[in-house]
Amino acid sequence: MSLFDDKFSRRGVLKTGLVGAAAATAPFHFVRGASAADYLNMPKGKSVTFGFNVPQTGAYADEGADELRAYKLAVQHINGEGDGGMLNTFSSKALKGDGVNGKKVEFVTGDTQTKSDAARASAKRMIEKDGAIMITGGSSSGVAIAVQGLCQEAGVIFMAGLTHSNDTTGKDKKANGFRHFFNTEMTGAALAPVLKNNFGTDRTAYHLTADYTWGWSQEGSIKKYTEKLGWKTAAAVRTPLGAGDFSQYITPVLNSGADVLVLNHYGKDMVNSLTQAVQFGLRDKQVNGKDFAIVVPLYSRLMAQGAGKNVQGIYGSTGWHWSLTDEGSKAFVKSFGKAYGFPPSQAAHTCYVQALLYADACQRAGSFAPCDVLKALEGFKFDGMGNGPTEYRAEDHQCFKDVLVVKGKENPTSKFDVLEVVEVTPRAQVEYPADLLGGELGSCNNGA
Amino acid sequence: MDAILLQILNGLDKGAAYALIALGLTLIFGTLGVVNFAHGALFMLGAFCAVTVGKLLKYETVKLDPTQTTPWGSPAEIRTPIVEEWFGDFGALMIDYSVPFSILFAIPIMLLLGVLMERGLIRFFYKRPHADQILVTFGLAIVVQEIIKSQFGANPIPQAAPALLAGSADLGAVLGFDPGTVVYPYWRIIYLLFSALIIGIVFAFLQFTTYGMVVRAGMADRETVGLLGINIQKRFTVVFGMAAVVAGLAGVMYTPILPPDYHMGMDFLVLSFVVVVVGGMGSLPGAVAAGFLLGILQSFASMNEVKNILPGIDQIIIYLIAVVILLVRPRGLMGRKGVMES
Repeated sequence: MSLFDDKFSRRGVLKTGLVGAAAATAPFHFVRGASAADYLNMPKGKSVTFGFNVPQTGAYADEGADELRAYKLAVQHINGEGDGGMLNTFSSKALKGDGVNGKKVEFVTGDTQTKSDAARASAKRMIEKDGAIMITGGSSSGVAIAVQGLCQEAGVIFMAGLTHSNDTTGKDKKANGFRHFFNTEMTGAALAPVLKNNFGTDRTAYHLTADYTWGWSQEGSIKKYTEKLGWKTAAAVRTPLGAGDFSQYITPVLNSGADVLVLNHYGKDMVNSLTQAVQFGLRDKQVNGKDFAIVVPLYSRLMAQGAGKNVQGIYGSTGWHWSLTDEGSKAFVKSFGKAYGFPPSQAAHTCYVQALLYADACQRAGSFAPCDVLKALEGFKFDGMGNGPTEYRAEDHQCFKDVLVVKGKENPTSKFDVLEVVEVTPRAQVEYPADLLGGELGSCNNGA
Repeated sequence: MDAILLQILNGLDKGAAYALIALGLTLIFGTLGVVNFAHGALFMLGAFCAVTVGKLLKYETVKLDPTQTTPWGSPAEIRTPIVEEWFGDFGALMIDYSVPFSILFAIPIMLLLGVLMERGLIRFFYKRPHADQILVTFGLAIVVQEIIKSQFGANPIPQAAPALLAGSADLGAVLGFDPGTVVYPYWRIIYLLFSALIIGIVFAFLQFTTYGMVVRAGMADRETVGLLGINIQKRFTVVFGMAAVVAGLAGVMYTPILPPDYHMGMDFLVLSFVVVVVGGMGSLPGAVAAGFLLGILQSFASMNEVKNILPGIDQIIIYLIAVVILLVRPRGLMGRKGVMES
């Protein structure tokens, strides 16, 4: 008699053994997800943990600090502390100020350092070690795309912070990722009519572009929309990120025949290139009988403060501004100003809204399972969050809302009062077909 | 031709900053034999001397205006700089000229910081390998920049040139080109002249004073100078302080060109080291010449005509030149024979 005759074959035992060995050596979170939970990091106690991944060091540390302030305020409001902020004006009334799904919201933080690898490492740590149910934040498109990819693989929702490249919800979009902030395509669509009204259709533009994903995206969008107006493009020059002194890139503009300089720079690069362009007399120059113009497609109020008087009269776009007078913006500015003594930035706004939107979606879904939250967010229409009626488009997880065209203020009344809103571009004007920017969402991942 | 002239001016301007930092680096290496990776931090600290003076001069009295409120409900603030309250128009003038005024503040501060750095840390590493020196000075630079970031934040802080010098000079009209074709900011021209003056003062000090002569003798043969009963170490400490002052002044005057932030020292440090290597380790004229040369080459490499043929050349040109120089002439353009060649 053989041990392997009827019930057991040698091959069968080997197969079983291999499967058993594979299960025993599988990463802990796979096993945990498979055996004890429906999804990764399913909260079991009385609290749920959000993961705030923001730049706490590096070039965008100030922007990151503002994001963190906003997140802390959002957590307070979700848990029923403080004055409630935008929860009072938010069109959805699912959140009652008693946490989410009966659980108090707690948070952990990570430092992206505005470096993709560091941002992924901190997000991974928050997911695997701290049990974060979701990840949100960031101040760079490169970082957002990297962290979004990680969240998709891990199986948690990623609510992007400040990321403006088309790619985040374009070619690199992911089912588990959602962006409230606008993108370069919308900037182009919003800015073009204002540029036409102020500078006409017979213009020649010279682009200086930060040499990375966001810069290319911004340059492409502005070229596309200005060339539609009839503008010509004299040159589009790529500049290294963090170049510091841009004089060698600015001087060729002087005699290029261009009468508009488009600075596709953000942050420190924007401050430096704009300051130096003004020093070289470009703002006061006349070319072909026209006043030379400088355009900064994406403004950040925090950064504009760094450029001082040089921003005066210069057009750009921004996601949100504290001077807006709708009820949602007023409520947020009041809460934030009371807590910190100064108005919030656009980064703070988008992060605050993302935290509330996520919490609201969980509450409406009655679950923290990423695929349930995804269903609650897809196609969700809301108002009272500062940008008019807004929709999270299901096809690409991009929010569609009004976009602000702003100008550096000529007579600022305080150091925060550097930009003035010249036009609120309606959502319909910046909407585009979902397939325009390419990419595939793929399917949602619960991480289990 | 006007484009070439503009790039030469850009190169000279950029080269002036490289030369001033590299000059200090070379002075320290030539006298103390220390590779000081914290030298960029001294440049940054100089810039923050200007920021500090600017902040002090703009220190404001705050009065609350109960008739107006902020969007978050607190009374609006009316802010007035104290110096304007005290001195009226002269106070406003002091604020306007805060950057040149900062020089007076930066000289003693940077001298003190330089001496403290040398006595407090660097001297313990004289006999240690260069790798140890690089590690400790690099660590020091990181500590300094993190302190500055904690105090001043991460964003650039603009410092305006005096209103009188904020515009641009139309050099085209002066040099026989069409008016408006060669326009260059006044402050950049001043920076170039200022750098030339500082370089001239350092060279004159070393060349024409007894103190400088002893320092040069110490650089050539430290042991013999010591045998003559001269405390060369004390003089080298002063030289370290002087190098710190040169870097600091370069930083002060650079603030209207580049709004300073905590990281600006690191941005310049690596390039300045390349300048020192290309010029020749320990060679003061080499550091100055290489600074201007590399500044000009970097500017030309950024021209569209060049970038169209060699994309990205503007980002690697300096390192490319350094590689070529190290391969062909390891001691650098004006380095002493034998240095870096064995």
